[in-house]
Amino acid sequence: MGFNLYDFTNFTHNLHLWFFENMSTGWATTVEWLLVGVIYLAIVALLGLFLIYVERKVCAAFQQRIGPNRVGPWGLIQTVADFIKMMMKELITPRQVDRFLYNLAPYIIIVCMFLTMAALPFAPGLQGLDFDIGVFYLSAISSISVIGILLAGWSSNNKYSLIGGIRSGAQIISYELSISMSLITMVIMAGTMQFSGIVEGQRDLWFIFKGHIPAFIAFVVFIIAGTAETNRGPFDLAEAESELTAGFHTEYSGIKFGLFYVGEFVNMFIISAVAATVFFGGWMPLHFPGFDAFNNVMDLIPPIVWFFLKSFAIVILIMWFKWSFPRLRIDQILTLEWKYLLPINMFNIILMTVIVLTKFHF
Amino acid sequence: MKSIINYIASIFKGIGSLLAGMGVTGKYFATFWKYKTQEYPENRKELVMFERFRGEVIMPHNANNEHKCTACGICEINCPNGSIEVISKMITTEDGKKKKVLDQYIYHLGMCTLCNLCVKACPSDAIFMGQNFEHAVWNRSDLNKVLNLPGSKIEEKVIKEKVEKQE
Repeated sequence: MGFNLYDFTNFTHNLHLWFFENMSTGWATTVEWLLVGVIYLAIVALLGLFLIYVERKVCAAFQQRIGPNRVGPWGLIQTVADFIKMMMKELITPRQVDRFLYNLAPYIIIVCMFLTMAALPFAPGLQGLDFDIGVFYLSAISSISVIGILLAGWSSNNKYSLIGGIRSGAQIISYELSISMSLITMVIMAGTMQFSGIVEGQRDLWFIFKGHIPAFIAFVVFIIAGTAETNRGPFDLAEAESELTAGFHTEYSGIKFGLFYVGEFVNMFIISAVAATVFFGGWMPLHFPGFDAFNNVMDLIPPIVWFFLKSFAIVILIMWFKWSFPRLRIDQILTLEWKYLLPINMFNIILMTVIVLTKFHF
Repeated sequence: MKSIINYIASIFKGIGSLLAGMGVTGKYFATFWKYKTQEYPENRKELVMFERFRGEVIMPHNANNEHKCTACGICEINCPNGSIEVISKMITTEDGKKKKVLDQYIYHLGMCTLCNLCVKACPSDAIFMGQNFEHAVWNRSDLNKVLNLPGSKIEEKVIKEKVEKQE
């Protein structure tokens, strides 16, 4: 099969051929669907558990605490224990909820998460969907998850949930704009919307270095908007514990709450992974034009390691925001978006266009 | 024009203050091994509570099994929730004087809020706040303690001081 840690293209292609040689077309397609589904399920489950652990440890480090340290070595199995606890809890449905929408909401969020995840290039040849319009697809799909949040807030028959849901809607719809515009800035730089093309375009130099000033501004805007998009950090007023208990997921218990919780963390990872892909080259190792010896050493590290290293570095950056800044008010959030990020973004797009046209980048 | 300058200045000012905040937390994160919390059951042997910690009311006794309590009952009056009962008895001393001494100093730890009022009120410094905090017992009645040790007496010095004061 030719398994190669540095390039999975042949491996996945041969696997595909092998299935179609040994089975009828219908069976082979079904098996491939199932296989891909199970792999993505496993990735999401492991990522969710691991990210919750990382969040608790990182938050502890920011507050000069130790964090979970009892279950397993360094508390590594803590989240597994939490997960088992959550699975065994009773699923309480409050009286007079809109039962259909109430049960639907967590699944919308989870489905959106999987759909976005499919577009991420983990390594060469390891990518669920490689559309020509990958960036567009990603920003379109990731904005659907707001429906899940709105439904959860609306159907719970709880005023706090409703306030949380509506706040979240206002916030995500606003920040969607900044995310898309900062991605457009980088699409102008890359010349393609395809994720594999974007990564390939960074073979000689990552875009954040290549596009210098406008790329950096776009990165800062993207990270701020991405933090808001995932309802995290200083922008977590949708679930503001001190005001709205837990916001839109107040009335959810057991594994339904668990789905929201895992969804939040995996969405954070997805935002970080997109930032890593578009600005820091995704799975592309650190290359500088002219330093061939250095580039060769960097190539020794497998691309999948590069991808996860970069993504987790940005995850920690987003956590850093959360544990440093106080929560914003709803009017401050909207001011930040409409009076600051959006004008900066528009200016930045023009700057990037001028730089690309005059070939002023590296 | 001025408003535009203000707008741009506010952006940089905002970024500056955000970076300052991240600097503070970043310093903590970069030195995460210097954590401030302690791992309790592991450090039980060397754990020293700080001086102002209030764990329970104790009555220190010296080497001759003598305490300082004169059974005046001021602590009992000062206790807001009645967790102290001072039971005194009258004895006749060798030179024929009648005298009130402490019989039993009963302290109900289960009712105590550790407010420190009794310790502040005590005129002869007989009771203090101890630093033991592991009070879990199987039975509620185990929380009712007698603070003066069996067979203990009042310190001679305290009696002398009291006599001097009266004179």
